[in-house]
Amino acid sequence: MNYKIENIKQITITKPLKLDCGQTIKDFPIAYETYGKLNEKKNNAILIFHALSGDQFVAGTNPVTNKDGWWNTAVGAGKAVDTEKYFIICANVLGGCMGSFGPKNLNDADNEPYGLKFPVITIRDMVRAQESLLEHFNIKKLLSILGGSMGGMQLLQFCALYPDKAFSAVPIASTASHNAQQIALNELARQAIMADPLWNKGNYYKDKKTPKNGLAVARMAAHITYMSDKGLQERFGRKLQEKKDYEFTFDADFQIESYLRHQGNVFVDRFDANSYLYISRAMDYFDLSKQFKNGLVGAFQDHKTRFLIISFSSDWLYPTKNSKDIVIALNASGANVAFAEIKTDKGHDSFLVNEPEFLETLKGFLDSNFEVFKNEK
Amino acid sequence: MKNEFKIIADLLPFQSRVLDVGCGDGTLIEALIEQKDIDTRGIELEENKVKQCISKGLSVIQGNAETELGQFPDKAFDFVILSQTLQAFHQPENVLNQLLRIGKKVIISIPNFGYWQVRTSLLFFGKMPITKSLPDSWYDTPNLHMCSIKDFFHFCIKKKIKMDKIIGINNQKISSINRINLEMKNLLSEVGIFLIS
Repeated sequence: MNYKIENIKQITITKPLKLDCGQTIKDFPIAYETYGKLNEKKNNAILIFHALSGDQFVAGTNPVTNKDGWWNTAVGAGKAVDTEKYFIICANVLGGCMGSFGPKNLNDADNEPYGLKFPVITIRDMVRAQESLLEHFNIKKLLSILGGSMGGMQLLQFCALYPDKAFSAVPIASTASHNAQQIALNELARQAIMADPLWNKGNYYKDKKTPKNGLAVARMAAHITYMSDKGLQERFGRKLQEKKDYEFTFDADFQIESYLRHQGNVFVDRFDANSYLYISRAMDYFDLSKQFKNGLVGAFQDHKTRFLIISFSSDWLYPTKNSKDIVIALNASGANVAFAEIKTDKGHDSFLVNEPEFLETLKGFLDSNFEVFKNEK
Repeated sequence: MKNEFKIIADLLPFQSRVLDVGCGDGTLIEALIEQKDIDTRGIELEENKVKQCISKGLSVIQGNAETELGQFPDKAFDFVILSQTLQAFHQPENVLNQLLRIGKKVIISIPNFGYWQVRTSLLFFGKMPITKSLPDSWYDTPNLHMCSIKDFFHFCIKKKIKMDKIIGINNQKISSINRINLEMKNLLSEVGIFLIS
């Protein structure tokens, strides 16, 4: 989670932002990355919102981790979201730990990291903070906005706040309202972090002893929810990890154990535990229907945005039902909506892995919308 | 484009709002957008066909019309189209009621079970008919509730559904159907198209 600042592009948001919690912040950084070129007419821009554990490094190589960008399967030259054709922007969310204003930033008041003094943020706060990027690039209307999981929540919030700023929108494996199971799983992750004595009520930045174990457990638990029963069974089954028989210990005998431990360990190197608390909290508070008098229908009333809602058949974390609720609200409000449920065993993670049916649908939608958008007026 | 689709397109005014139920690969929707600038939506059950529609930029949702039409508000569309699918629903009457609720008018086409070729197949050969508009064998047909033009005509009268226009298709020939020529057209039309409200 320590990065070289020269790898991070930032803008400073000078306009005061009144957060949902009541506090106001200003002069804070939002980190972002771009891919491809903005064309002359500025009608090829796509804004991508990242998920809970993501960051602004969508494609290519993430300069901080030296690993592939988190959406390398979908974004790149010649890929579904073609960087030779489109200009891609992605910002690190407010509360994040990859250069945007978050709990590890220094508090001007005492020159100490904020820790738990950082204000509790919401999805709406995140979206309002990112909107300044459009001004920064002088883009009046985006060709499209894309987002999976929590990215989809930001996307829906963006549409509700700025109905005229996106020509098309693709919320993927997402929801308009966090339900009890989704909150429960986030709470499990937070309790794992907070149970680590090194967490120290969020005050751990000084000694560099971070609550790694707690954060790793949180990540392990989350990882299980990103996969499907069938997917796990096919990939791991009861296979043993480089051994012929049980060792009768609590070491990782099974491959799945080893896999989860690895996922936990690599995660703590790039992610701040407090950011995890704050961002997961923002997801739990998300309920778009509560912001409008007539519920979710009101969020999209008279919108011209062309929506494509995508869900995955084996996603039990953000199941098709959640996506269908969005479709129903959009239809009830007369909005322009397409919807597809992709059949796959890859669970919630389907949007991040190579899932051809999904990628082809996304590509077709973007390319056909670009044809219409670039011929407008 | 199918003759049937041409007739349907002719029935629709420019720039109206249309829902195509069971829209398949979106051929009709594309034609309506291109020819008449019609704001068309679609609903289709098959994932593959939905994907084709979305790739063409059409606003099509994957879903089952039998159970999912409830999400559309009353009179949400100027026209709702149901092309040769009514007979495949478990409860066609319920679906029809939904269509009439969400559309100001409904265009519905039916493969006519009263067509002479269908009748002769059963009469002379004693076998379930296989024709151009009924291409499947008895064991793999999706059709559950076949009816004739005459059946649907009487159904509309019984249910007090207003029939604004009825058109029969036989190969390339189209003709208007009314109470007087019903018997003859029921024999000679392969497909019947009803504009109802």
